[in-house]
Amino acid sequence: MIPASFDYLAPTTVAEALAALAEHGDEAKVLAGGQSLLPILRMRLNAPGIVIDLGKIAELQGISEDGDELVIGAMTTYAAVLASGAVSTHAALLSKAIATVADPQIRHRGTIGGALVHADPAGDVGAPALALGARYVIAGADGATRTVEADDFFEDLFTTAVGEGELLTQIRVPKHTGWGAHYEKFVRVSHQWSIVGIAATVRSEGGTIAEARVGLTNMGSTPLRAKAVEQALVGQPATDEAVRSAVASVAEGTNPPSDLNGDAVYRKHLASVLTRRAVLAAAGA
Amino acid sequence: MTITEDRPASNDAAEVGKARTRKEDQRLITGRTKWTDNIVLPGMLHLAMVRSPYAHANITNIDTSEAKTASGVITVVTGEDIKDVQGVNANAWPITPDQVTPTHLPVCIDHVACAGEIVAVVVARTPAEARDAAELVDVDYDVLPAVLDLKEAVNDTVLAHPDLGTNKSAFWKLDSAEQGSGGNVDEAIAKARVDGIVIEREFRQQRLIPAFMEPRSVVVDPTGDQMVVWSATQVPHILRFLIAATMGIPESKVRVIAPDVGGGFGGKLQTTPEEFATIAVSRRLGKPCKYTETRSESLLSGHHGRDQWQKITLAAENDGTVTGLKVDLIANMGAYVAVVGGGVPVLGAWMYNSIYKFPAYQFNCQTVLTNMTWVDAYRGAGRPEATFAIERMMDEFAAVLGRDPLEVREQNWIRHEEFPFTTVAGMTYDSGNYEAATEKAKKLFGYDELRAEQKQRRESGDPVQLGIGVSTFTEMCGLAPSRILGQLNYGAGGWEHASIRMLATGKVEVLTGSSAHGQGHETAWSQIVADRLGVAFEDVEVLHGDTQIAHRGMDTYGSRSLVVGGEAVVRAADKVIAKAKVFAAHLLEASEDDLEFTAGRFQVKGTDKGLAIGEVALAAFAGHNLPDGAEPNIDADATYDPVDFSFPHGTHLCAMEVDTETGATTMRKYACVDDVGTIVNPLIVEGQIHGGLVQGIAQALWEGAEYDENGTLVTGSFVDYTLPTSADTISFISEHTVSPSTTNTLGTKGVGEAGTIASTPAVVNAIVDALRQFGVDDVLMPCTPERVWKAIQAGGAKPGVPAEGEREAAPHFDEGAPNDDRPATPDTTATTQGGAQ
Repeated sequence: MIPASFDYLAPTTVAEALAALAEHGDEAKVLAGGQSLLPILRMRLNAPGIVIDLGKIAELQGISEDGDELVIGAMTTYAAVLASGAVSTHAALLSKAIATVADPQIRHRGTIGGALVHADPAGDVGAPALALGARYVIAGADGATRTVEADDFFEDLFTTAVGEGELLTQIRVPKHTGWGAHYEKFVRVSHQWSIVGIAATVRSEGGTIAEARVGLTNMGSTPLRAKAVEQALVGQPATDEAVRSAVASVAEGTNPPSDLNGDAVYRKHLASVLTRRAVLAAAGA
Repeated sequence: MTITEDRPASNDAAEVGKARTRKEDQRLITGRTKWTDNIVLPGMLHLAMVRSPYAHANITNIDTSEAKTASGVITVVTGEDIKDVQGVNANAWPITPDQVTPTHLPVCIDHVACAGEIVAVVVARTPAEARDAAELVDVDYDVLPAVLDLKEAVNDTVLAHPDLGTNKSAFWKLDSAEQGSGGNVDEAIAKARVDGIVIEREFRQQRLIPAFMEPRSVVVDPTGDQMVVWSATQVPHILRFLIAATMGIPESKVRVIAPDVGGGFGGKLQTTPEEFATIAVSRRLGKPCKYTETRSESLLSGHHGRDQWQKITLAAENDGTVTGLKVDLIANMGAYVAVVGGGVPVLGAWMYNSIYKFPAYQFNCQTVLTNMTWVDAYRGAGRPEATFAIERMMDEFAAVLGRDPLEVREQNWIRHEEFPFTTVAGMTYDSGNYEAATEKAKKLFGYDELRAEQKQRRESGDPVQLGIGVSTFTEMCGLAPSRILGQLNYGAGGWEHASIRMLATGKVEVLTGSSAHGQGHETAWSQIVADRLGVAFEDVEVLHGDTQIAHRGMDTYGSRSLVVGGEAVVRAADKVIAKAKVFAAHLLEASEDDLEFTAGRFQVKGTDKGLAIGEVALAAFAGHNLPDGAEPNIDADATYDPVDFSFPHGTHLCAMEVDTETGATTMRKYACVDDVGTIVNPLIVEGQIHGGLVQGIAQALWEGAEYDENGTLVTGSFVDYTLPTSADTISFISEHTVSPSTTNTLGTKGVGEAGTIASTPAVVNAIVDALRQFGVDDVLMPCTPERVWKAIQAGGAKPGVPAEGEREAAPHFDEGAPNDDRPATPDTTATTQGGAQ
């Protein structure tokens, strides 16, 4: 498959990239790892005039710690996040979820920032990022940055708070040190997008759930956070019966898609089963 | 001359039976080889196809003006431009004299009958320019209603081809009473309704897409005396014939080359619109042209497979003895009757009775046209559908009887001492031993232990239930005796050709008409010839796939290569030996009667005098000292027409875990014992079995082509057409029993399709076995978690499995439907209608 022809630019700094974006406006598409954009171009579902490749911008890559937060550069690959001891120690949920993304080739190309900005509701990083309360550093054309809170980042299908002429530069993930985590991904074949995915991370105190965070993949037009379930889990023993009851309403208010892999009714059913399993696994039960 | 040093020292060194790694693999795996798309010719132009987005439409106008002026574009060609020279995609197997066969033009002129049909061809200097310009071709369509459901199609309310007046293409019937091979099935069913058991079921064979690794590609060079066509095809010889027959080009001016071809699975058993369009355009311009499809085009426009409704009625006595089997099919042809499209479901006619001794049998098949991609051979071609239906029925039968499904099968199958056995369908099975294969499979599988675990899980109410599925299959392979093909009105014979060239340096060239596309012919044929001629494996070169080199052939499909093509190689080798013997006797000054040929040497009995066959070849090449009147040549040809099919069989056992909370299914264990006769190369056989199993399991669990209500293929990429990968499958236990075939010298049977044919029902039977306790007796394929979960939900509301001793068939087919055999309307089999499901 051959894309329509386009110009290509590979800036080496965020400032250059922002300048190029400002110059080309909606003619431009930003290329991160290319795991979604390239198929779109090759199937001619989009034909940008210019592709701005962020792959050569060193400042967008890497993982560091800043006090109570992990700071992940937007162009850090899935594989790099997966290999990070800091992430598995302080944000285990992210590691668990990313381990399920597609296959090794894709994990070595795809980037966490690219996936988050693409905002496919079936993608596997949105729900854990949301559940962990990640904040997003966005750079604008004037060079200034702003920080968007977790709940405000995902706006709609394929739409985030990153506006025209802006770039996501960092994902700042609050440390959840000592929290158990599990990502329960439900697929028919291993390389598939999630039919439903449940991201759960739990802080336990002596067999009791002290705090819980639950994110839902592909249960609506954006990743969702099940705050009522999180509340219901607090103080519950990590037993099948207690968790089953606490998560029973997890699909209430969700609006999952219906497709060849299952209709909305089935997905809602799956969400309650998978949430129970994810929470119990996260609690080490 | 190294032959004498390298020849096998004893029979222990026999090549046949040795697990040789494949000669061809290094170049195939590294891609450092000639795939069609790798071929670049001076001045070569590139084609892009403009395809219909509509399932059914009249073309009212095609405006190519903007595309013609685009960068790099040479021209844009429409169907009208090449209407007299584009040939036609032929149907080579009209299954009835009055078959309704729509004309299948490579490039449509005024009517498109399915989405993806070609309406214009853009020719440009680069593939990218051709692709860009294809978007500039402006086609006006008058959209027509499309028929997309094969049961609706039978009613002729909406027509796929309005000019034909009907969607019904052909009705084909085999009746054991009429042909004298068995009793009257309606009588058997009527009797069973009174004092026996009748089971009626309807199964859906979903539409599949043969997803070979290498997309199809064609390069045409019209310059010079001969037109050369390179194509990623399974059938270079058939393609050459049909180019000549439909395009008005002398056959002698056409050379077709199938270079290395990356898989086919039946999907390249076709002459494609793209091949004919590329030839027509290339000749029009007098320039070499290349067309390589994208994966999206491959999924949309390469032919599809399966797509049938199957209604089955099984009659039996209360003691578990089967008495009759009746089959009614509706088979979707799609928009056209492809090269062997109508014949594919008919191939099942001899297979539904399978290994069981049904005394009465009837097979009815109605083929129908719809506005969907045309359907043709896909790995197994008619036999997987048949095997699925009968093996599902035997499990249902065992459930009704409340007995073990293997025990019920054994009660009814052909016993090993009964071979050769002529079946109720009229086929003579050459050899087999179902008892031995089953015994071995049960041990490998741990059948009794798994049954015990299944019982324990049921009793404890485990959310993960275990099911065990059985498939004791046979298939007919080795297509095909030409006389039978003639009786079936097939357009060609079923023979195969081989030539052996004995080179002066002791090397041997083997030419085979069976063109491989990944099967490993080069290795297996080398092993056969090395043994037969007593030469080194490495000294044998196998040439194929070029009609100028291997000029006679019927190509590769239907598990025919080894049993037909391999036998031709054996016979050619034997002719070489016979010719060489005359030379050897002369050179050794001995009588032919005093020579014996062993391990590649002609030896004068009782002496140390002898000559290696390579030395004889050198003497023939030199020609200095030959018998009087002898031609200086010991090369030989053989064309072999099989006397009959061969019938591999096997017992496949599958254990599936079903998560009753989510409907997810996980394969726990899969063990199979296949009897494919004598094995030439165990490694290749293992590869065929494993790959075949995954393809059959994929039909059960994962794959299915789906269209929306407008006739747009929804599963148009691998995102939605869920092919499995190695990450989705388990390690299979695969072993063999050996009942040599009696229909060829080596005793071989086909193996290319066995795994695919056998595995699908084993998997679905296992899932149904796990769920039967919830009142479930079928799950549509692919058995998605959603379908499994919903079956459990729906089944739970049912009364459950028939109680012990309950003999009523359920469900009954609708009154007047073809399989409605209630005593009040015993004879309603004359026409096939789509009954309600």
